[in-house]
Amino acid sequence: MTQLWDFAGGIHPAENKHQSTRSPIRDAGIPDLLVLPLQQHIGEPAEPLVEVGERVLKGQKLADVRSGIGVPVHAPTSGIIESITERPVPHPSGLDDWCIVLRPDGEDQWRERQPITEYRKLERETVLERIREAGISGMGGAGFPTNIKLRPPKDRKVDTLILNGAECEPYITADDMTMREKATEVIAGLKIMAWILRPERCVIGIEDNKPEAIEAIKTACEGTQIEVAVIPTKYPSGGEKQLIRILTGLEVPNEGIPADIGVMCQNVGTAVAVARAMLEDSPLISRIVTVTGDAVREPGNYEAWIGTPIEHLLTKAGVDEKKLNRLVLGGPMMGYTLTTTAIPVTKTTNCVIAATAAELPDPPTEQPCIRCGQCAEVCPMELLPQQLFWYSKSEEFEKAEHLNLFDCIECGACSYVCPSSIPLVQYYRYAKGEIRVQRAEQLKADRARERFEARKARLEREQEEKELRRKERARAAAEAQARKQAEAEQAAETGDATDDRAAKAALVQQALERKKAKVATGEQKSAPEQDDKPDIEALEKQLTQARSKLETMQRMLDEAKEQQADNVDKLERAVAKNHDRVARAEQALQEAREAPARNTENQTSD
Amino acid sequence: MAFVQQSSPHARNARPTSRVMLWVIIAALPGLLAQVGFFGWGNLINVVWCIAVAVGSEAAFLTLRKKPVAFFLRDNTAAVTGLLLGLSLPQFAPWWVSGIAVVTAIVIAKQLYGGLGSNPFNPAMVGYALVLISFPVAMTTNWAEPSGLFNGAPDFTDTLGRIFSASQTSFDGWTMATPLDEYKHQIASHTAAEVLNHPMFGDGIAKGWEWVNLAFLAGGLLLVFLRIITWHIPAGFLGGLAVMSLAFGSNADQYAPLTLHLLAGGTMLGAFFIATDPVSAATSHQGKLIYGAGIGILIYIIRTWGNYPDAVAFSVLLLNFAVPFIDHYTPPRTYGHHKPRRGVPGRNQG
Repeated sequence: MTQLWDFAGGIHPAENKHQSTRSPIRDAGIPDLLVLPLQQHIGEPAEPLVEVGERVLKGQKLADVRSGIGVPVHAPTSGIIESITERPVPHPSGLDDWCIVLRPDGEDQWRERQPITEYRKLERETVLERIREAGISGMGGAGFPTNIKLRPPKDRKVDTLILNGAECEPYITADDMTMREKATEVIAGLKIMAWILRPERCVIGIEDNKPEAIEAIKTACEGTQIEVAVIPTKYPSGGEKQLIRILTGLEVPNEGIPADIGVMCQNVGTAVAVARAMLEDSPLISRIVTVTGDAVREPGNYEAWIGTPIEHLLTKAGVDEKKLNRLVLGGPMMGYTLTTTAIPVTKTTNCVIAATAAELPDPPTEQPCIRCGQCAEVCPMELLPQQLFWYSKSEEFEKAEHLNLFDCIECGACSYVCPSSIPLVQYYRYAKGEIRVQRAEQLKADRARERFEARKARLEREQEEKELRRKERARAAAEAQARKQAEAEQAAETGDATDDRAAKAALVQQALERKKAKVATGEQKSAPEQDDKPDIEALEKQLTQARSKLETMQRMLDEAKEQQADNVDKLERAVAKNHDRVARAEQALQEAREAPARNTENQTSD
Repeated sequence: MAFVQQSSPHARNARPTSRVMLWVIIAALPGLLAQVGFFGWGNLINVVWCIAVAVGSEAAFLTLRKKPVAFFLRDNTAAVTGLLLGLSLPQFAPWWVSGIAVVTAIVIAKQLYGGLGSNPFNPAMVGYALVLISFPVAMTTNWAEPSGLFNGAPDFTDTLGRIFSASQTSFDGWTMATPLDEYKHQIASHTAAEVLNHPMFGDGIAKGWEWVNLAFLAGGLLLVFLRIITWHIPAGFLGGLAVMSLAFGSNADQYAPLTLHLLAGGTMLGAFFIATDPVSAATSHQGKLIYGAGIGILIYIIRTWGNYPDAVAFSVLLLNFAVPFIDHYTPPRTYGHHKPRRGVPGRNQG
């Protein structure tokens, strides 16, 4: 028996998993169009490698990340690239993003494939590169590129490799069904990852509400060193930090990663993808999606190509559009609502809930917080949600941050139990967002200050250098003067006094000439300023501005008059003033236009 | 198709505040029953009167504050405040004394601070402390003797008349000092055995009071079992009181014994129903333990060396003052952190 630990808090929401586990995984079929977002992973978006109109083969790389973190996107089937355009993508913001749209040709023709079963003979780097080339990013939720995760920092050794099969969120059964039906592939993928990392311990954590999956995995693990840990059902046991605590008794340090304590977590779906990438040379082009909720007649799990529109899956599952009230992507605890069924399945899409109004009713009106502490009792991160709420609501973000706001994993357990039905997680998201904005602004301000200080330092330096040069010149001049005087004295000793006077007169003459020259250049310099062309342009601009302002004022005045507002007087005065301004501007322009002639006259007469 | 847009979580299963408060009321019923059984109808009449005044003044003030009256009345919190005062006040306290206590609690201690959830002090105890200081005679001479409902205590009509009559006719036959009061004053000149000879102490600890306290203990344990309150405040409260009693008052010929402290006066009502008011109590588990212990210790100090026979109200209010301070130093250790982040932002970070 594997020793288990417990994590703080947690809740036991209604599981609602039985609806979607009654039938085996079904094929979602071929949709009319596949919409492939260029960013389905954490990191940089991929850049298209294909042209519109091009025919592509199944498994062909369509887009890749040239520099930075990220993984490629592949064609789930053969077909024609119809467009590369902005489309709705799965994101809580509901915004559009760049997607490659592929029209399947129905032939499902593969590119050339080179399966490798003897991966143990390869370099680990080669295997990691192949995982990257297969476009694999974490399929549990975040979508972090798997090849990077499998390469922990050099000074960190992964002792325990955990395969996360907890699937603690209600409704979702994608991992459950994957483990039931694809246990061999799960274990094959786990073995590849274990070969890369060489951990001392390999353990699969599964919640005890999935007896079939546990049985299947246990059978597949026979004869291996892999532990199957059956953990008590408690949300959120599938949270990475919580599962690590359950299986190792260790905690991921604040602001650290699991590798810091010698642990790594991978999702069962990711394991299957790794196995397929290696043993079948099949990139990540499909995944298991749970389609469930009371608004579909046939809830269940579907193996769907990446890019399949949700609409297609809902139709397959027999959606009743009249009953459909809330469409949730992900689970009922952490998923987000969709505005459209046009969004595609991505590498991280594990569940779609088509819920009726009775199933996921609107929350009752928010009441005041009475600090009952139910939220703190269920918080799996051992935070004080009631205090975080208080500080988030009153925008005392510094205090919220001090109470570890950023350790919140947004699992929703606090909101789930709140007697006052306060949408706590929403408050935390708001506070986090505001703090991030503040930090960004602080950074900007710091940079601006640094720039300003650097400029000041530079100017001071230049001033000093100038001063230094001036002193240098003064010294040189003084020396020259001294030399001259010495020469003059010598001359005086030898020559007569009249020469001295003549020299003085010459000097005066020289100075006068210099002054004259200076005046002349000064005049030359100021001459271009008298150039009248820009003047006219500026005046014209002034005039148009004044006119438009007058129009606005006039409009406002009319409106104010219509509404009999009390600022009519003020506006009337403003309109009159602007009238004058326009008149003045017109006059000025007129004068300026006549001026050139005069100017040229002046110049010629000069 | 327009779908509902909501932020997660989409599933909820909460026990609404109104039901939490209803459970508090239900859990207090055994105690009320014991009070009626041993001390007559006084407490029941007080409870009904106090709840009526509480709900009435809450409604009036919500109207003045232009708040949705029905929405807030439905949370049952005003009723609980009324109930707690009705249970704590002397059985024959005149109607206007209890009325002033309740109006103070609801209007000054709760609504003027911003209503539910915004009050730094326990509303019921603010009301209680006010009338205790303002009307000391009415608050000390109106305790019923534990003769029991079936032993010649005044009947319902008499009690009603006593509470609501304008004239304060002598009621000596029916009232007496509380056991805590009696013990404190008599022990100065008598031995423990002599003091306990008085019939008010009955065969055991304090006739009637012991059963009332045990009934509140039972109701309180129900609240802990239902996870409406956690064990920390009552444990700190009773622990603090017990430790003080054992440390300073082990000689029964000098000080009231531990059993009397635990099972007389408002001990159990205070530990499980009053000190546990979440709005004005400390936040974290550790903070709640300290908060409860502080109340228990203060109760012992005031009961033993102070001028008042009981001290739940003052102790709770004094610790209410200390809550921000306690909270400041007792945040829990968050997952992944070595130690709790005490203090204020920017200092003592761990």
